[in-house]
Amino acid sequence: MAKSALLKSSLAKKYWMALTGLFLCLFLVGHLLGNLQLLASGDEAALHFNEYAFFMTTNPGVKILSYVTYFSILFHAIDGIVLTIQNRKARPKGYVKNNAAANTIWASRNMAVLGTLILVFIVTHMVNFWSRMHFDENIPLQTVSIDAGDGIQQEFYITTDGSYVPKKQVEDGTLEIRNRTDFYDARAGVKYKEGYKDLYKITVDFFKNPDYGLIATILYALAMLVLAFHLYHGFGSAFQSMGLNNPSYNGLIKNFGKAFAIVVPLMFALIPLYIHFIL
Amino acid sequence: MALDSKIPNGPISEKWTNHKNHINLVNPANKRNIDVIVVGTGLAGGSAAATLAELGYNVKAFCFQDSPRRAHSIAAQGGINAAKNYQGDGDSDYRLFYDTVKGGDYRAREANVYRLAELSANIIDQCVAQGVPLAREYGGLLDNRSFGGVLVSRTFYAKGQTGQQLLLGAYSAMNRQIGRGKIKMYNRHEMLDLVKVDGKARGIIARNLITGELERHSAHAVVIASGGYGNVFFLSTNAMGSNATAAWKVHKKGAYFANPCYTQIHPTCIPVSGDHQSKLTLMSESLRNDGRIWVPKKIEDAQAIREGRLKPTQLAEEDRDYYLERRYPSFGNLVPRDVASRAAKERCDAGYGVNKTGEAVYLDFASAINRYGKEQARIKGLDDNDAALVKKLGTEVIENKYGNLFQMYEKIVDENPYETPMMIYPAVHYTMGGIWVDYNLMTTVEGCYAIGEANFSDHGANRLGASALMQGLADGYFVLPYTIGDYLAKDIRTGEISTDLPEFAEAEKNIREQLERLINNNGKHSVDHFHKKLGKIMWNKVGMARNTQGLTEAIQEIAALREEFYRDVKVPGKMDEFNQELEKAMRVADFLELGELFAKDALHRNESCGGHFREEYQTEEGEAQRDDENFAYVAAWEYKGKPSDAVLHKEDLVFENIKLVQRSYK
Amino acid sequence: MNLKLKIWRQKDARDQGRMVDYNISDVSPDMSFLEMLDVLNEDLNNKGEDPVAFDHDCREGICGMCSLYINGEAHGPDRGVTTCQLHMRKFKDGDTIYIEPFRAKAFPVIKDLVVDRTSFDRIQQAGGFISVNTSGNTQDANAIPIKKHNADLSFDAATCIGCGACVASCKNASAMLFVSAKVSQFALLPQGRVEATERVLNMVKKMDEEGFGACTNTGACEVECPKGISLENIARMNREYLVASMK
Repeated sequence: MAKSALLKSSLAKKYWMALTGLFLCLFLVGHLLGNLQLLASGDEAALHFNEYAFFMTTNPGVKILSYVTYFSILFHAIDGIVLTIQNRKARPKGYVKNNAAANTIWASRNMAVLGTLILVFIVTHMVNFWSRMHFDENIPLQTVSIDAGDGIQQEFYITTDGSYVPKKQVEDGTLEIRNRTDFYDARAGVKYKEGYKDLYKITVDFFKNPDYGLIATILYALAMLVLAFHLYHGFGSAFQSMGLNNPSYNGLIKNFGKAFAIVVPLMFALIPLYIHFIL
Repeated sequence: MALDSKIPNGPISEKWTNHKNHINLVNPANKRNIDVIVVGTGLAGGSAAATLAELGYNVKAFCFQDSPRRAHSIAAQGGINAAKNYQGDGDSDYRLFYDTVKGGDYRAREANVYRLAELSANIIDQCVAQGVPLAREYGGLLDNRSFGGVLVSRTFYAKGQTGQQLLLGAYSAMNRQIGRGKIKMYNRHEMLDLVKVDGKARGIIARNLITGELERHSAHAVVIASGGYGNVFFLSTNAMGSNATAAWKVHKKGAYFANPCYTQIHPTCIPVSGDHQSKLTLMSESLRNDGRIWVPKKIEDAQAIREGRLKPTQLAEEDRDYYLERRYPSFGNLVPRDVASRAAKERCDAGYGVNKTGEAVYLDFASAINRYGKEQARIKGLDDNDAALVKKLGTEVIENKYGNLFQMYEKIVDENPYETPMMIYPAVHYTMGGIWVDYNLMTTVEGCYAIGEANFSDHGANRLGASALMQGLADGYFVLPYTIGDYLAKDIRTGEISTDLPEFAEAEKNIREQLERLINNNGKHSVDHFHKKLGKIMWNKVGMARNTQGLTEAIQEIAALREEFYRDVKVPGKMDEFNQELEKAMRVADFLELGELFAKDALHRNESCGGHFREEYQTEEGEAQRDDENFAYVAAWEYKGKPSDAVLHKEDLVFENIKLVQRSYK
Repeated sequence: MNLKLKIWRQKDARDQGRMVDYNISDVSPDMSFLEMLDVLNEDLNNKGEDPVAFDHDCREGICGMCSLYINGEAHGPDRGVTTCQLHMRKFKDGDTIYIEPFRAKAFPVIKDLVVDRTSFDRIQQAGGFISVNTSGNTQDANAIPIKKHNADLSFDAATCIGCGACVASCKNASAMLFVSAKVSQFALLPQGRVEATERVLNMVKKMDEEGFGACTNTGACEVECPKGISLENIARMNREYLVASMK
């Protein structure tokens, strides 16, 4: 009885919705903290960002977290769809006149639509960045120009062990790049160093792209607006669903949730806006 | 048939215990073979159905509402009495017994009332065990308040929703048994006739109100718990659906109807606002704990108020007549209901009424707000001379105690009772009369029982506040389940009663004919038209004050109205469908007979007692004057074809434990 | 005042049903909403038309029998009242009023504005009780002191009248407020703790079986509840259920 209750009942579905939702909120915070590095500019900042990205894609702990995140997104979406279908069935015939605005906020009534839009955004977002990071065969690696003392700027790749590989060694064929990021001794076929994927550059290029940069920036900002609405209801709602609720700190949860729903998406949205319009 | 009340012998305090020890029991295995029908699911019916099922009987419960939880017991506001003596103010079974008999103006059966008092404490224990959230003090123990007509604090309550909480308790006990399959619940079913086989009650004919189908249901005993007949007045505090049909049909099948003229007019109801009015709303008697009742002292002030030239709050203290405090100094605003109602009528008839129709008096909380406010200010160490602060604190106390009632008042009347006094006027509320039952709660039809408001037994000529809930639950939880066993013990070999018996067919045929007659009548006026007319006759001539002439007229007018009803009523729709007009028509048809018997009973009782006030019989001060020599009896009427032909049977009331005196609340 | 009514008419459970327009005049602002419908029905009856069927009984806001979805809200635009306590002074002369039955799969229409709410009863039968015998041989009522705060909260939850406005208002036709009120009433009392685990599991199971939707915490139920039953109760039930399902 008890075990099936935890899987099948409508309440259980809500627990999973709440748990995955709250976990995704944590993910948002992590993601935001990383991304905020994009607001700094210059080679140093780019390096920091790329180092961070490298860490995030290679650290085993983070890897596990990322799988939990993928799972949460999928589960949150599927569970949400199942609940929505079930909830629609609970009222086969609707009202001729319904004044829902009298008793609910708009966001709370449109979580499914908002959620679907967010899902579309996530897919787009992953195509734009995540898939390039993981699969793009010609992914740019981070380079810096360094004055070698002779007044001539020379281009170097920065490697994960903190050393530099002259770009011309790759251009002249001494070294070759294999597996997207590894520098190999061309003749010996031995791995020499590993470069950083230049995600900073990818991001900046994306939002500054003369063809679609403006549209992308606007769409990203709009997506964050959608996210804000979703969170505005979702954050406090998750606590209510879990029964993590107590008169003495209900107000705190609600207000924190609202602040979270405004601040986090706003900061996210600032990044493309900054890159496109200011950087 | 001579009336045998079957009161056990012995001292009053031992009668019930002795009786229980000597009556027959049904063994648990045999109970499984016995069916009991319970009609009505209020406090009495609900608690009886639950307990009978728990004992092992197969119960079939019927209610006309869509759920047993909606029975009108739910609307009882103020509280339930119990001789717990938690307050240490000298309460006891005897005092509760004494207060109830006295409150009933010495027209109740002593033995029944004592049993009620004895069982009252059990009810509270039972309800708390069931999870009924009664009001508590900060120490975690149960709280009490005072009600009219008594000098102790013995009323348990759950804000202004005591009836709701107790009913939901009984409903939950029922649900437990429905879930176990021991009660078969018939919602939206109305009992339309009793079926007798060999002189015994063996079943009912019920109409499924959704499909309109007539159904036969058999059982070894039938329990009527269908409430009172206050709606014979059309306007009352009863629910719209509250009706006398089950009780009246049982009467027509041989159950005597006792004391129909004993009707309680409740003093604190919201006054009528216009002709469209469909029902009256009660303001709990508990309000009289803190509210003071008054009208202007000068008739010109009353006139000015009626015309809207003067506001009640503008009237100086010395220009107000707190007439209950003036006339009854020792009980003041907490005199019994009948006394308070008549006093209000007297003032309004004299021209001191305070609303547009001149039929309202004030119930004022200003001094209570002030008193509580000052108390709170002192407790909190604040300035008790700061009028605004005192008012705020006092208002909080009142809101805490009566918040939901004040809100209800404001919604209906559109005035804020914290700022301006409430207007109230008496309204029909409860019927003490009902089906005659013996000590075992059996009617004069063998195997047919009546419990709760549907019977007549415990309240005499006037019911004290917070006693109805007590009686309903005592009957259902603790009395009937014992006494019915004594009768059913004879039925253990009977086996299931067939519904194919000719008696069932006959009863069904009669009901079908009555329904067809109403549906096919094609008259000019709606059912409500006749119901309202009946109500007017009842209120004007058989209401708070009655006299020979009025009653004689009423009897004729009601008989004439009944004829007109059958000639001219119009019931739309069909029989075999959901048809609310047809439901009403069947009920009003019965009210039109009951009303006449009611007036006949009032006319025959040449005395004033409790809720029955005959203008010819009053003291010089206008108080009710009983005639114990000639009328210390229960008037039980036997049906003989027409109300006018009803035959009177008397059950003499013997008072061995209480001395009959003129009731005084001065 | 004069009003235009748009009322849902449906002959029986199988009928398709439709909105029908009626005009009504001379409505007094002191009338209750149901008294206004009484006047309409009297009128229809006189004209030989079928009166509008609607549920009602106590007409003082406590029995929970009256329903009606009025101008897009359960029990109409006023707060903290049932339809029988809604007064016509809340409307203006010339207003158009939509009157529909409560809508939910678990509340099928019987006729016109009358719906079948026995699903609520069945949920209660699944566990909305404390299993004590009604023998009267229980211990003294004051044997277990109960904190006033908890007793008051329990009472507040217990004031639910079972009208179904929460279901009608919820976009998911969820019965969570109703079920949680009963679960809370008992969960807050020592007498109710004994069976708390089974109760919440059984009642929720029944609630799902009856075809009510899930709660998405929109809060419509709390706003429309004539008795002001708090969302806190839903949180409490969520908590109770979580604990119960892990036992």
